Amino acid sequence: MTRLFLPRDALAVAVGADELAGAIARACPDVPLVRTGSRGMAWLEPLLEVETPEGRIGYGPVQAADLPGLLAAGLLRGGAHERRIGRPEAHPFLARQTRITFQRCGLTDPLSLDDYRAHSGLAGLRRAIGMGAETVLAEVAASGLRGRGGAGFPTGIKWRTVAGAQAPRKYIVCNADEGDSGTFADRMVMEGDPFLLIEGMAIAGIAVGATQGYVYLRSEYPGAIEILSDAIRVARREGMLGRAILGSAHAFDMEVRVGAGAYVCGEETSLLDSLEGKRGQVRAKPPLPAIEGLFGMPTVVNNVLTLAAIPDILAAGGAAYAAHGFGKSRGTMPVQLAGNIQHGGLFEVPFGITLGELVHEIGGGTASGRPVRAVQVGGPLGAYFPPALFDTPFDYESFAARDGLIGHGGIVVFDDTVDMAKMARFAMAFCAIESCGKCTPCRLGSTRGVEVIDRMVAGVPGQKQLLEDLCETMKFGSLCALGGFTPYPVLSALRYFPEDFTPGVRREAA
Amino acid sequence: MSEPEIAARVRDIIEPLTVLEGPAMPMLHAVQAEFRCVPEAAVPVLAETLNRSRAEIRGLISFYHDFRDTPPGRTVLKLCRAEACQSRGGEALAAEAQAALGVGWGETTPDGAITLEPVYCLGLCAAAPCGMVNDRPVARLDRARLAALTEARS
Ligand SMILES: Cc1cc2nc3c(=O)[nH]c(=O)nc-3n(C[C@H](O)[C@H](O)[C@H](O)COP(=O)(O)O)c2cc1C
Ligand code: SF4
Ligand code: FES
Repeated sequence: MTRLFLPRDALAVAVGADELAGAIARACPDVPLVRTGSRGMAWLEPLLEVETPEGRIGYGPVQAADLPGLLAAGLLRGGAHERRIGRPEAHPFLARQTRITFQRCGLTDPLSLDDYRAHSGLAGLRRAIGMGAETVLAEVAASGLRGRGGAGFPTGIKWRTVAGAQAPRKYIVCNADEGDSGTFADRMVMEGDPFLLIEGMAIAGIAVGATQGYVYLRSEYPGAIEILSDAIRVARREGMLGRAILGSAHAFDMEVRVGAGAYVCGEETSLLDSLEGKRGQVRAKPPLPAIEGLFGMPTVVNNVLTLAAIPDILAAGGAAYAAHGFGKSRGTMPVQLAGNIQHGGLFEVPFGITLGELVHEIGGGTASGRPVRAVQVGGPLGAYFPPALFDTPFDYESFAARDGLIGHGGIVVFDDTVDMAKMARFAMAFCAIESCGKCTPCRLGSTRGVEVIDRMVAGVPGQKQLLEDLCETMKFGSLCALGGFTPYPVLSALRYFPEDFTPGVRREAA
Repeated sequence: MSEPEIAARVRDIIEPLTVLEGPAMPMLHAVQAEFRCVPEAAVPVLAETLNRSRAEIRGLISFYHDFRDTPPGRTVLKLCRAEACQSRGGEALAAEAQAALGVGWGETTPDGAITLEPVYCLGLCAAAPCGMVNDRPVARLDRARLAALTEARS
């Protein structure tokens, strides 16, 4: 029997996928409907797919009200219709990608371990069990993998430190706090291919000698919380987690822990305090979490995407992963195209593609059809870049060289109606709202920053110098990157878009 | 419910969670799931169970944006105020929502139907502007969709 496929991904649900699923169940109760992850082509969601002899054929975007017309056009045979996009894999947006982390997302049933196995899942974990901790550590080091949470720290080194620490217990903590605006790749993994994350964490456990894992998952993602928790139960039932994972001598289990709406809890030490049941305040380092982490024990803290890259590194070998990439940024990056962009979504590519290619060629420019004026890369602590910098290759060092950062890989596009003084003010205001309160430059400086920008825009003289001085103080006097990096969006806005800060010249709120 | 009844109910809810490592956050979530807030009467029970001071428990509730000490309106409408949603007119839409509901951020309509809250990114940034109605995500919001959400009083 022909099957239909429809994402259960939060974005698809947010634009009508559940209503469409309901309509399908009523109109064709005999047709099996598989709820998948998303292919990552946001503008086509809800993207409905049907199994045909030529492969899966996609239709999107489809609303429940479109269903009768689609059925009349022969949806179940892949019939012609204005929403028909053909085989999704052949769509230029997907065909141009190198999908490693996202190879299964959108294809499989996220809660079917059989589906996962049939699409090369568990190969990495099996190999890891066979080769033992030392060789796993060597493969991860050889892959050149760097942390995808923002700081880009080499994963191999972090794991080696935890492996070498002596302690009665060790932990694997997955950072799924994904608070950066413009990012959603962690969510898509957890909703679309949760066994991948579970497999990555189990491998990490084997590598460093940890038997317990926690996923600190933000409360803003109820869909991911539900799907990942269900996947963990399936994994336990089928022996992928537990006292003897895949029948081996290794034990590993894990739990989801839900955050409570604090951006700063994405910072790893604040996250650990929150897991321990405290206020999520940033700890001074050292000691590193790798030495004294959760409950004082050696702890690996890694982002979802970092851990999700691990199974393939083990399955195909570190060298194969390192063969992709650019400079010191090895492998692929799941780039997230967001904001005012025509073709937004998830685009996984080797590092090195330029910012301009991503925004214009892949993303198709703005959704509004107006010229691109600025992009913010790397979340609320990332710099604003004007189109003049679109030749910047997407990699850690190239962005750093231009006072920017790639962070977790989010790109937010703005058209020419954006008021950059307002965006700079927002960066300061966000820092004030989310500051953990530990250091004065962050806690008070950010509120000061809002006031200074307000005065500057009102034409009070001398404010530019004040703002620059304040940013210096925040950069050097803050314990973590919330206070320390908020100056980047502020100063880049000031540097590249000074006219927006000048009364008389600035266009008052478009 | 009287205070002793609340305390008894809280005890029942958090008892099974005492086996967890670091149980405070799961307990607060569980209490809030039951009462739609963490009532004052729950604080001494949590403090006693966790062997922490009441001030520490109140400190937790105030630190995390999610935890409330009073229940919200019947529907919580969260609108995203982060950058990607701003790039698609999220702020103008939020202003319309405030005008339509006659409330500011964090306020509840006088009939107790809707509480309007800000949120900073829901991970739906490729279909901005976005929001959340209780636990249901909504995206590609425009005037018409928002009006439908703000008018649907439960
Ligand atoms: C304010 C702040 C917020 C952060 N938020 C996140 C986050 O949401 N997710 C994440 O993985 N890392 C976040 N980080 C980075 C973490 O501190 C840490 O570097 C990361 O979890 C390490 O994992 P990785 O090496 O795999 O990237 C944040 C850092 C700061 C300073
Ligand atoms: S910089 Fe801000 S968020 Fe970071 S530790 Fe200091 S006060 Fe806390
Ligand atoms: S910025 Fe609004 S959903 Fe991400």
